[in-house]
Amino acid sequence: MTALDPADVFRAEAAELLACLETTLLDLGDRPEDRALIDTAFRALHTIKGSGAMFGFEQVAAFTHDFETAFDRVRRGEVAVGHDLVNVSLSAKDYIRGLIEEPEASAPIIGEAILAELEQLLGTTGRPAAAPLAPHPEPVADPVPMVEGGWQIGIAFAPDVLRNGTNPLALLDELRDLGACTIVPRLDALPELPGLDPESLAIGWDVTLRAAVTREAIEDVFLFVRDEMTLTLVPVSPAQPDAAPEPGEAAPGPFAPPTVTAPAAGLAAIASVEAPPVAPPAIAPAAPTAERSPARRAEERPASSVRVEAERLDELMDRVGELVIAQARLSQLAGLSADPGLKGIAEEIERLSARLRDTTMSIRMVAIGALFGRFRRLIHDLSRDLGKPVEFVTGGEDTELDKTVIERLADPLVHLIRNAIDHGIEAPGRRAAAAKAATGRITLTAEHVGAQVLVSVRDDGAGLDAARIRAKAEEKGLCAPGAVLTDQQVYQFLFAPGFSTAQEISALSGRGVGMDVVKKTIESLRGTIDIATEPGGGTTVALRLPLTLAIIEGLLIRVGEGRYVIPLAAVEECVELPAGERGGRGRDFLNIRGALVPFLRLRSLFGAAGEPELHQKVIIVAAGEARVGLVADQIIGNHQTVIKSLSKLHADVATFSGATILGDGTAALIIDVGRLVSGGGAEGARAYQEVA
Amino acid sequence: MSGGVTSGSLGTGPQAGSRGGQQVVMFRIGTESFALDAGMVREIIDPIPATRVAGARPHIDRIVNVRGNVIPLADIRERFGMPAAADSPDTRFLVLEVAVGGDPVVVALVADKVFAVTEIDPASCQAVPPVGTTWRPEYIRSIVKARDEFIIVPELEQILN
Repeated sequence: MTALDPADVFRAEAAELLACLETTLLDLGDRPEDRALIDTAFRALHTIKGSGAMFGFEQVAAFTHDFETAFDRVRRGEVAVGHDLVNVSLSAKDYIRGLIEEPEASAPIIGEAILAELEQLLGTTGRPAAAPLAPHPEPVADPVPMVEGGWQIGIAFAPDVLRNGTNPLALLDELRDLGACTIVPRLDALPELPGLDPESLAIGWDVTLRAAVTREAIEDVFLFVRDEMTLTLVPVSPAQPDAAPEPGEAAPGPFAPPTVTAPAAGLAAIASVEAPPVAPPAIAPAAPTAERSPARRAEERPASSVRVEAERLDELMDRVGELVIAQARLSQLAGLSADPGLKGIAEEIERLSARLRDTTMSIRMVAIGALFGRFRRLIHDLSRDLGKPVEFVTGGEDTELDKTVIERLADPLVHLIRNAIDHGIEAPGRRAAAAKAATGRITLTAEHVGAQVLVSVRDDGAGLDAARIRAKAEEKGLCAPGAVLTDQQVYQFLFAPGFSTAQEISALSGRGVGMDVVKKTIESLRGTIDIATEPGGGTTVALRLPLTLAIIEGLLIRVGEGRYVIPLAAVEECVELPAGERGGRGRDFLNIRGALVPFLRLRSLFGAAGEPELHQKVIIVAAGEARVGLVADQIIGNHQTVIKSLSKLHADVATFSGATILGDGTAALIIDVGRLVSGGGAEGARAYQEVA
Repeated sequence: MSGGVTSGSLGTGPQAGSRGGQQVVMFRIGTESFALDAGMVREIIDPIPATRVAGARPHIDRIVNVRGNVIPLADIRERFGMPAAADSPDTRFLVLEVAVGGDPVVVALVADKVFAVTEIDPASCQAVPPVGTTWRPEYIRSIVKARDEFIIVPELEQILN
C-alpha cells in the first residue's frame, strides 16, 4: 500500500468542489435571487483557491483568486446574477478543471479571456478592491441592510468544530474588527473537569457588537463555518438602553474563571466574562429574531464519511464472495452431520455471512442522483448551442445501483440525451406549429422493477419516424426491401453501427456513432434497451439494468441433471405444473388466478437428458412487463449466489448471465430471465441481420 | 531428449529454455500427440465435475470450478474430427492461459493422458504440409518431430474461438 499523493487528494477534493460549483451555478441560473447558492459557490471557490495554493497548484490558485474576486461583487449584491454570468462562470469552472487535470493543455490566454468577459459583465477590474464599508443599494439583499444601534450575536458552534481546524478566537477577533464588542461566554454546557475533552468545544458566546454594520458583514465572518454552528443575530436599536455596561461581576459558571476585562484581547476571549449578559435571543422573542437554519441543501453532508479507493471495495467484495462460497460448503457438510454443535455454528456463520454480504453490497450501492446531476450541464449547453429551450426533469434520484453499473451508465446516457435533444425535440418553430409548449422537456427517471433498475430517457419531441428509419435501413442494406417487420424491430436498426437518419450532420450527433456503443455497453452490463415512441408525442428509451454485478439472492432449481439459479428478485411465485400440461412441448399457458401466464419448459430449452420428474414445478418470474412460468424438475431452495462472469469464450451464450459455485464445489449457471423470455425476439433480430 | 527438425515459434510464453530448447507439455488426445508451451500451462489437475452450458458451442460446452474461478472446459476432439470419449483413469485437465483477441483467457483442456514436460528445439518445428491431413490448417501452428513421432502444436486461439 502506498501513501496517498497529496496532489491526488487535492485533485479528488477539487473535482468534488467543482461538481458542487457547477450544480450551484446551474441552480443559480434558475433561482438568481438565492443568496445561499451564491454563498455556496463562493465558498467552493475559496476552498479551491486555498487548497490549490497549499498543494502547489499555483496557476489554479491565481486564476481562482481572480474569479473569486470578481464573484465577490455578486456575493455582495452589487451585481445581479444573469444567464450570461452563469455561462461565463461555467466556462471559468471548466478552465479551473483543465488547469488541475491537464495544466499543459490549458492555455493561459483562455483564462484571460474568461476573466475579461467576467470583468465586462461585472464591471470590475478583477483586482481585489477594498470592500466598501457603506454598500450600494443592493438589488438582492436581505431586508435589514444595516442597523444603527448594533447587534446582539449568539454564537454556538458544533462541538467538533475544533477538529476541523476552526479557531473560534480568530473569528471573534474578526468580529472585533467590525466594531467594539462585548463578548460573554456561555459556560452552561461546560462539563466537569474529568469529563472535559480538550478537542471538543463546549463554550458558546454572546456578543454585543456596537457598530453600524450590515447583517452580511457579520455573516461573512462566519461564512466558512456556517454549517457547523448556530448563529443568531438580533439587531439592537439605539433607543434600547445600553445593553452592556462596564464589566461587573463574573457570571456564575460550573467553575468561576477569573474575570478579565479586555474586549480587544483576542487571546483572553475564552476567559473573558462580562456581565450582565444581555437577554439571549431565546428569551427575547419580541425582537426580530433572525435565526437561520445552518442546514443548506447544497452542502449538507453525512455525519461522517471515509473516502476509500474503489479497488479496495472491489477487493472486499471478492473476499466476501469467497466467504459466502466457503460458507455454502460448510452448511452442506453440517447438513450431512449429526453433530448439533456443528449445525449450530454453521447456521450462525450463514447468518453472519449474509449480513456481511448485505453490508458490503450496501457500501457499493450509490444513488443514481449524482449521475443525473452531471447531465444538467450537458443539457444546459446543448440547449444553448442548438437554440432549443429545454427543461430537464429527473425522478427517482434515490434509486441505488452498484457503483460499477453507475459508472458505466454515464456514457450511454450522454448519447441518449444528446440524441433526444438533437433529434427528438423539435426546433421552437416546429413546436409552435404543432401547438406544443415552446420549451421542450427531457425526463430522466430511475426506478426499481423486480431484480432490475429501469432507467428511462424521455423527450416530448416529434417521435421516431418508422418509415424513414426503414427507408434508411433498406438503403444501407440492413434489411431486405419489403421484409415484414414490426415497428419495434425497425427501431432496433437505430442501434446498428453507423446508422443515422439525420439529413445534416451536426457537431453533436447525426454521424451515427454512439447508439451502437450504447447498445454494446448496456448489453455488457447484461441490460436491455427498449424504445417506445408516439408520433408527435415523443420517444422513451428504457434501459433495464441488473441491480448489481456481484452477489444476489437466488433460487436454486434442478432441470434434469443440471442445477440452475434464478435471481430471487425476479421470482413471483412457484406452483406445481397441472397434470394435464405434462406431456406438451414448446410454449404453453397456465391459468394463474384467472391470468394467462405462458410458460417455458426448461428441460427442452436446455436439452436435459433423463426422465422428467413426475411433479414438475413452475417458477413464475417477472420479465420486464411480462410474467412467464419456467418449468423445472425440482426447486432445491434459496442460494446466496456469488456471480462469476462467464468467460469471453461464452459470449455467445445469451441465456445465462453468469455462473456461481455451489456448496459441493461444482459450478451452476445463473439464468438470465429477461433474455430467456425474450429469446424468441433476439433470435428474430439475428435473422434480419443475416438477411442483410 | 531427442533433437527436432525445423523452425517456427511455439506457444505464447517466453521463448527459449536454458539450453536454447523450449519447455513444452506433451499430452495425448485420442490418437494424436500434442505439445503446448509450458509457459501457458498453469496447472494440470485430475478431472473434476463439470457443468454443461446449454447453447454453447460443442467444443466448449462445459464449465468447471478451478480454485474459485469458473472457467470453460474445452474438448478439442471435435475440432480434429475425433469421436467423443469418456474420461479414463489417465484423463487430466490442463488449465491454460490463452490469449483470445488480445485478452488472456483461462480455460481448461481435456487431455486423455499427459506424458511429460520436455524440451524441444524450436528449430525442429515445421509448418503443416498443405496436403496429407484432413485437419483445418488454421488449427495447427506447427508440427514437431520428437521421440520419433510427429507432435501437433495446436493454435488454441483459433481452435477455441
